[in-house]
Amino acid sequence: MTDLPTDLTRATAADLADALASKTISSVEVTQAHLDRIAAVDGQVHSYLHVDTEGALAQAQAVDERRHSGESLGALAGVPIAVKDVMTTRGVPTTCGSRILEGWIPPYDATVVTKLREAGLPILGKTNMDEFAMGSSTEHSAYGPSHNPWDLDRIPGGSGGGSSSVLASFQAPLATGTDTGGSIRQPAAVTATVGTKPTYGGVSRYGLVALASSLDQAGPCGRTVLDTALLHAVMGGHDPMDSTSIDAPVPPVVEAARAADVRGMRIGVVKELGGEGYQPGVRARFDESVALLEELGAEVVEVSCPNFEYALAAYYLILPSEASSNLAKFDAMRYGLRVLPEGVDAPSAEQVMAATRDAGFGAEVKRRIILGTYALSSGYYDAYYGSAQKVRALIAQDFDAAYSTVDVLVSPTAPTTAFKLGDKLEDPMAMYLNDIATIPANLAGVPGMSIPSGLADEDGLPAGIQILAPAMKDERLYSVGAALEKALVDRWGGPILDRAPSLGGAAAAKGA
Amino acid sequence: MSTATADAVMDYDEAMGKFDPVMGLEVHVELHTATKMFCGCPTEFGAEPNSQVCPVCLGLPGALPVVNEKAVESAIRIGLALNCEIAEWCRFARKNYFYPDMPKNFQTSQYDEPIAFEGYLDVELEDGSTYRVEIERAHMEEDTGKSLHIGGATGRIHGADHSLVDYNRAGIPLIEIVTKPMVGAGERAPEVAKAYVSALRDLLRALDVSDVKMEQGSMRCDANVSLRPRVGAPLDEAQLAVPLGTRTETKNVNSLRSVERAVRYEISRHAAILDGGGSILQETRHWHEDTGITTSGRVKSDAEDYRYFPEPDLVPVAPTRETVEALRGTLPEPPGLRRKRLQSDWGYSDLEMRDVVNAGAVELIEETVAAGASAAAARKWWLGEPSRRANAEGQDIVSYAAGLGLTPAHIAELDGLVAAGRLNDSMARQVLDGVLAGEGTPTAVADARGLELVQDDGALEAAVDKVIDANPDVAAKIRDGKVTAAGALIGQVMKEMKGQADAGKARELILAKLQ
Ligand SMILES: [Zn+2]
Repeated sequence: MTDLPTDLTRATAADLADALASKTISSVEVTQAHLDRIAAVDGQVHSYLHVDTEGALAQAQAVDERRHSGESLGALAGVPIAVKDVMTTRGVPTTCGSRILEGWIPPYDATVVTKLREAGLPILGKTNMDEFAMGSSTEHSAYGPSHNPWDLDRIPGGSGGGSSSVLASFQAPLATGTDTGGSIRQPAAVTATVGTKPTYGGVSRYGLVALASSLDQAGPCGRTVLDTALLHAVMGGHDPMDSTSIDAPVPPVVEAARAADVRGMRIGVVKELGGEGYQPGVRARFDESVALLEELGAEVVEVSCPNFEYALAAYYLILPSEASSNLAKFDAMRYGLRVLPEGVDAPSAEQVMAATRDAGFGAEVKRRIILGTYALSSGYYDAYYGSAQKVRALIAQDFDAAYSTVDVLVSPTAPTTAFKLGDKLEDPMAMYLNDIATIPANLAGVPGMSIPSGLADEDGLPAGIQILAPAMKDERLYSVGAALEKALVDRWGGPILDRAPSLGGAAAAKGA
Repeated sequence: MSTATADAVMDYDEAMGKFDPVMGLEVHVELHTATKMFCGCPTEFGAEPNSQVCPVCLGLPGALPVVNEKAVESAIRIGLALNCEIAEWCRFARKNYFYPDMPKNFQTSQYDEPIAFEGYLDVELEDGSTYRVEIERAHMEEDTGKSLHIGGATGRIHGADHSLVDYNRAGIPLIEIVTKPMVGAGERAPEVAKAYVSALRDLLRALDVSDVKMEQGSMRCDANVSLRPRVGAPLDEAQLAVPLGTRTETKNVNSLRSVERAVRYEISRHAAILDGGGSILQETRHWHEDTGITTSGRVKSDAEDYRYFPEPDLVPVAPTRETVEALRGTLPEPPGLRRKRLQSDWGYSDLEMRDVVNAGAVELIEETVAAGASAAAARKWWLGEPSRRANAEGQDIVSYAAGLGLTPAHIAELDGLVAAGRLNDSMARQVLDGVLAGEGTPTAVADARGLELVQDDGALEAAVDKVIDANPDVAAKIRDGKVTAAGALIGQVMKEMKGQADAGKARELILAKLQ
């Protein structure tokens, strides 16, 4: 067994789980260590929107008691976790990074949260995100952006920048994410952490506040491929409450991560993802990773997915269309914010709805609601929503064709390393382009993962490599991810994240 | 509010001389599945407001729908009973619009892929002829919540101080059945409308898929009416070729009588406008049961845009042909055919059968006959006192009898007591009164009230002798062959016996002694 570091927050989830299972440490100790770390550094990073100190410690105590009573527990029992604020948590505020849900305390748990609770993972708190998951930087959070632990002036990715920065600043060993167009993978790439978007339907969407129902997928975030696989196994599986959930066992992701074997695998490099617009340092780390995979015994070929170039356009019609309908329920009638229009004596329900939505939604959300409302309007539906669905079918065909010759596809996860906060805020198109490589997987429903590929030479910031697999073959992500991770750790002389600034700890927090 | 003064209307017959009416009916039916369309909440009517709700039917953030398979089965059975095609693959769609009683601000419905389409229902009119109503589609959707507007004079949203919303109804499965334009009915259009809704109600009741209680809103009808110039007889080719006029949609038509009246009213109102050179505004109208008029609701422009798109939270519904055929096997006999069969089985005249149907007593009589009564007796007892009292109470006979605990078995038992000679007709009426008063089963009532025909022939013979002795002149007439005079003696014998004698037997004895 691996020796645990003195600072428990530096340990992997797998090692913590082993130590907990052998009763070397208690869940209360591990949870408290993370709560201390949060108190010390979250003032700088702003990963959490809500920290549930009491709830986390109570869950930790409960799991310790269960263990002492001899109950057989799940693999991650006692390992604390951070939950993205888009998942409902009973009795714990859930805002989705929006003013319109300020103060809302859900009366029910998302299925994923129920699974976490049943598996004995204490929930440390809720992580920051772009409002309703619309964004690639967390700058669209109504509660202020999170910061990248590698450089606090830079974005931690988005929408799941709260979860990625939690992991990169060691404020939790595990986190949940949701990925509609890259919101798990791109934040992982720019923080040197790991994140998986499972096959669509592989993890229940029940209790995930919907952005775009046909694209949204919850998934695991960790610092290592094995940790991510362990969490994937807890989160995944069929849910009768979600009609789009796949009725099949979770693919053998943990076994694949442990085996870490790519020998004999055919790996396709997507020609269309990686040319113009990709930062040289990102490209260089990607090429090295591909070379490493070849050294490890995989066969690498180039494949073409010609319709990927239309993915972004199709995505920005489908997503706003679905979002415009999904977000209609925020009307001040039953929960959340209620704003009375100014200067109106006895406002009607309609006036209250309008005033609340005006005050409660941020600019990016409004932009997409307007886009989607327009795209679904009669007379435009066929040209916009209809055409986008056709593109979607073509992209799925590209994947099918590619997977008839290769086992997995790879590309850089994001075109660039983390950009500076504020840099792209006024230019939605530039922001949208961050997801150019991640969006095709959401459109086709296939699984994808991002793992760190190294640091870019020009800015010393993390870059990520994306691995894509056919639907329901999520385990292939873990085979490739774990093998490559091992080779990269050897090459860099340790995990890439070890090179991130330590953020000072307690002293710095006091000043923040 | 629209103007309080009633609109001008044209005399109906005059209107029919000038115009040809076309109707379209949209009927919403609440299914009586145990649970809602997309969640596990119960559907019972009349529960405490907002007591039958959950994250799904309240549209809480993150909640997702799951299709109620029972509701899909009911939809398919309704489609089959309406002679529709059943879709091999169809999807739900979101109908987007904002309204406080709609939790998600979209209704999960079906748009261009209904579960059932292209059917018909033959309805029988009062003169015995048949009108075929073409069905365009039957689709699945969920009901909305119910708003209650407090304060103000009208109970409507305008002028109310505040509104309350009850979400118990939100998410209850609905089937919307839409007809094609109903043409060729001519002056009988209002009757056809009523007959269609009535036939549909009978059909849905026979399918056992809905309570079909119009007064409780489990069956709701919207009537579209338009007029076009009259150029010939309703079914003339030239008449059918005239383009349709602008239609109005009258909502809130919630009784069979109202369907007929509302259609008739709208025809007269349209006729007055068109005849005066005006044009019809395409709008929603509200029917007022009390005053018998419609008033303007919201103006419906063609540009109204619900931004329908396929519901991404649900997977397509794709019933296999085997499933559809298996469901076809569960269909009840069509109500029209069933009535003809029962009428012949029971030996009722057309008039008798119509009375039974109008009283809503077909099922009661069927069960009573099954319990052993004769068809004639079953009709006589159900259409007598119970039916009279139900009418007086303004209730239908089925719920009235159920409320009093009067069952087909009771009526069969009563008939059995008469047939066995224990009760005569007037005693049986007293027993029925007792049963209706909650005194127990017919046998128990007869026992308790001491009602029983005297079976002792000696006592009867003694009474007959006594009456003959006391009435020598009547006896003489009978001896002379005036048999009809026996009636006077029978009456006296029954009086002697305090009513507890078999009048037939008394007559036999009298005649035997005097002939
Ligand atoms: Zn419910």
